[in-house]
Amino acid sequence: MHELSIALSIIEGVSEEVERLGGEQVTSVRLKLGALSGVVKDSLLFSYQLACEGTPLEGSELIVEETPAIVHCPRCDADRVLTTVQHFRCPQCGAPTPEVLSGREVEVVGMEMIS
Amino acid sequence: MNPQPRLVELRHNVFKKNDLLARELRSRFQEAGVHVISLVSSPGSGKTAFLEKMLTTMRAQFRVAALVGDLATENDAARLARSQAPVRQIITGTVCHLEAEMVQHALEGWDLQDLDFLFIENVGNLVCPASYDLGEELRIVLLSVTEGEDKPLKYPTIFNSADVAVITKSDLALATEFDWLTAESNIQSVRPGIRTFRLSAKTGDGMAAFIDFLQSRRSAAIASA
Repeated sequence: MHELSIALSIIEGVSEEVERLGGEQVTSVRLKLGALSGVVKDSLLFSYQLACEGTPLEGSELIVEETPAIVHCPRCDADRVLTTVQHFRCPQCGAPTPEVLSGREVEVVGMEMIS
Repeated sequence: MNPQPRLVELRHNVFKKNDLLARELRSRFQEAGVHVISLVSSPGSGKTAFLEKMLTTMRAQFRVAALVGDLATENDAARLARSQAPVRQIITGTVCHLEAEMVQHALEGWDLQDLDFLFIENVGNLVCPASYDLGEELRIVLLSVTEGEDKPLKYPTIFNSADVAVITKSDLALATEFDWLTAESNIQSVRPGIRTFRLSAKTGDGMAAFIDFLQSRRSAAIASA
């Protein structure tokens, strides 16, 4: 369970921005969560609520956008979206796809704030 | 009147702090010429037995050392110290994985130039360690024959993050009716092209081939530096 430390890191990053922009309170935070990030969404949502207490993010909603793993298919020479991370194979031609282009990200992409 | 909420676009990588520190560590390791290898696996897959055997065998030829992470106890460090190699325990408390900062602290006072290989044994956990770069050159994922063939499909993220896979406790394969081909095919399914080794730390079977592999990796890294 490393979701609590990830929640704390999200809150730390957002709080810095809020202070920089002279905001008062955050109402929502948008997060991109890759299929290969190793982070469990439900655990993160639970940890987030707890960790927000006493910060400008208290009561805010964490909006998680789950992003798929994107790989490069060497045979088709094209980028493909994996439908499952249990089979790293091109969904079109079935070739193995060792090269991962994205899907590991845990990234805060936006917030809604009241000044 | 309620103030209107304002939308702000951000780009904040949550692992940025760890990633930056890991990058610093990696260049420090490269400058010092030490080849750093991390081990990840579930608890009980044989990381410590494997490492003890590696340290004991490799010490005759190389300067080796190890950092070993656990939630509690210094048992693993005490066990590894029997190899006579320098070993330090990292106790993580409630944290289920190692982070670059813990590695940095644990290395204080060690002259990295005195080492050829440094092993970092992560906390036994097939989930959390996947997300944290430790600055290692090579990440080994271990799977023991007693765990079953489908572990890679159950924990694809960590297997995908590894550079090499090692199947341990090969001496127990018959007793557990371990299906080698299915296990290896599952590993390939989640990490196509990954090099996989079969070995037993108990009998020593397969250890020499693995040490040869590490040695050639280190020589290649030095040549390309």
